[in-house]
Order: sequence, then structure tokens, then C-alpha cells
Amino acid sequence: MARRATPEVNAGSMADIAFLLLIFFLVTTTIEKDKGIARQLPPKEPPTDEQVKIKEKNLFIVNVNRSDQLLVEEKLMELKDLRQAAIAFLDNGGASSGTAEYCNYCKGKRNPESSDNPDKAVISVQNDRLTSYKMYIAVQNELVAAYNFLRDRESERLYGWKFTEKTKDLDEGKIKGEAAKEALQEKLETIQKLFPQKLSEAEPKKSGQ
Amino acid sequence: MSKFKKKKSNELPAVNTASLPDIVFMLLFFFMVVTVLRDDNLLVQNKLPKADQVEKLKKDRSVYIYAGKPSSRYQDKYGSEAKIQIGDKYTDITSIKFALTEARQKLRPELQEYVMVALKVDEKTNTGMVTDIKQELRDLNMLKIIYITTPGNEINQ
Repeated sequence: MARRATPEVNAGSMADIAFLLLIFFLVTTTIEKDKGIARQLPPKEPPTDEQVKIKEKNLFIVNVNRSDQLLVEEKLMELKDLRQAAIAFLDNGGASSGTAEYCNYCKGKRNPESSDNPDKAVISVQNDRLTSYKMYIAVQNELVAAYNFLRDRESERLYGWKFTEKTKDLDEGKIKGEAAKEALQEKLETIQKLFPQKLSEAEPKKSGQ
Repeated sequence: MSKFKKKKSNELPAVNTASLPDIVFMLLFFFMVVTVLRDDNLLVQNKLPKADQVEKLKKDRSVYIYAGKPSSRYQDKYGSEAKIQIGDKYTDITSIKFALTEARQKLRPELQEYVMVALKVDEKTNTGMVTDIKQELRDLNMLKIIYITTPGNEINQ
């Protein structure tokens, strides 16, 4: 007697099963896209009597009040003008040529009334406790944008690429090889030194103070 | 002439669905790979502010803090004052340290030193609350924070 062929398993419902699973995963998927502004908080240190002196001209004071209005260097300002104002302040390079503090890569107005060089320039943000978080982030975003703009400019001048783009590539793991990574890291640090991010945050005032 | 006519059947040929399971499986595997099952049940309103100068968050070493007004279905019970949420429950500002230490211990041991605190704060919250959280974080010596935002810009809208 001839052997009977084994009957084939009916695979018609395979698609249905796969669809069911697919729909489950479709529904439960949340493609994470968490991005944000990273910050390093100052460590808690015992209070010292030592006063750090910062000259008035090297300080860029941004004040945000409880109704989300901006006071920059004692003048009312719109949020859209903040970035340019910060760039002008950081890039000023007011120290006269010949002194140790002279900034040879600054392209600003060299106004002696404004910051000496980017290393000395400090941006201080002061919030009210009732400032909205939205405004707070918007201000931080604009200030980081000012630094990024200047860093991009310098890295293009020195190396021919944009600082922000290369930082992103490094983050996403697009740079292959340890040696290449280290070389890039070093270059990025050089740029960071040209425009160090000096953002200070004062303790927020209570409303009405 | 009749030779050709013979070949043509009157019925439309059925679409071959033999490759359908393969296509579906391909999609299935894609979604299986990218799926991250949500572990936190959001108890607060969480409309994040917009920013465009952003960095990516390293997920494996982060602890989340949510803050905002309670979601509408919890408002009857907890009121409409802004609250902090860590993990699955509301946390008071005074017990935030305990909750954070606990959350940190859930991370892989070799990454615990590099812990990053991701702040997901609703845009309508007062900055005062964020400042309070930051003070607590400084006490705990968890100094790396990241304000989670959505892409966009406050100015061009």
C-alpha cells in the first residue's frame, strides 16, 4: 500500500493570528521621544564668607516676573529679542587689545561698558516663584540657543562643521571608532572653552518681595 | 482566434494572499521591537513646554519626576493644586528624597552613579515648585537634570 501523504496544516488563519498580535502592539506602542534641555545643578556646599566678585558689566541679568514679562538689563524686552541680546552680550569682547583678557575671536561691538570676554560673561536668570514653567523653559531655551549660535560660528571657523550637529552625531552614536570619538570630543571641548556656558540661576524671589 | 478566447476565463482571478502573513509578521516584529511598555501611569496633567535646543535623554539611567495639576478624573479627590508624581503615586515635597532614592535603586547598579533626573513638568506649573524639587535634588546630590520638552519654539507660533 502506498504511504498516504501527511495532510498539510492549514495556514489560512496565520494571518489572523499575526494581525491580532500586531494590533496589540500597535495599541501599546508609545514611541519614546524624550528630549530636553540638560542642566547641571550646583552642588550643595557649606556657605563660605568668600565673595565671588563679578563686575557689573560682565553680568547679564534676566529677570522674569510673575506675569511672565522679561526685564533684561533693566529694560523691558520681548522674548524674541532675548537671543540677539544675549549673543551681543557674550560676543562683545570689551577688553582692550593688548591685555590678557582680550578676546581675539569675538565679533561684537567691543563696547567697554559690556562684557570683557566670553569667559568672564555670566548670564544670571532670576525668576519669580509664580513665573510659569512655560516661560522659564522658553527663556532657558533662548539662552542656550545664543550659546549654540556662537559655538556653531566658532566651530565652523576652526573646523568647518557645526558644533550642534557634531554633538548630535556623537549622541546618536554616528561617530564610529574610539579614536575618532576622542578626537571629536577634544575639539568639542575646545569650542566649549571659547564660549563656556555660564548660566547662573538666582534663588527665586517670593512674589511681592 | 478561438484559441485565444478559450484562455480567457470570465471570472476575475483571486488576489494571491499567500504573502500576507509575511507582511503582517514583518510589521509585527517592527512594533514588537520598538514597543516600550509604559510603566508609569500618569496622574497629572502633562503638557510639556516647547524648546528646540535639546539633547537626547539616556533612558537607561534616568529617573522621572512628573509635576502638574492632577488629571481631570482625579481632581475631585486631590483638588486642583499642582502635585508631584514619582513612579505611580503622588509624592509630597518632603518625602521626595525617599521616593527618589527608591527609584534610583531600580536602575542597573553600574549606572546608579550617573543617574539623570528627567523633569516632566506641565507648562502651567509655577517655577517655584520646580525650584523646590531642584533644592531637594541638590540635597540628594543628584545634580544632572533634564527638562523634558516637546519640539517647537515658543516664539514662532
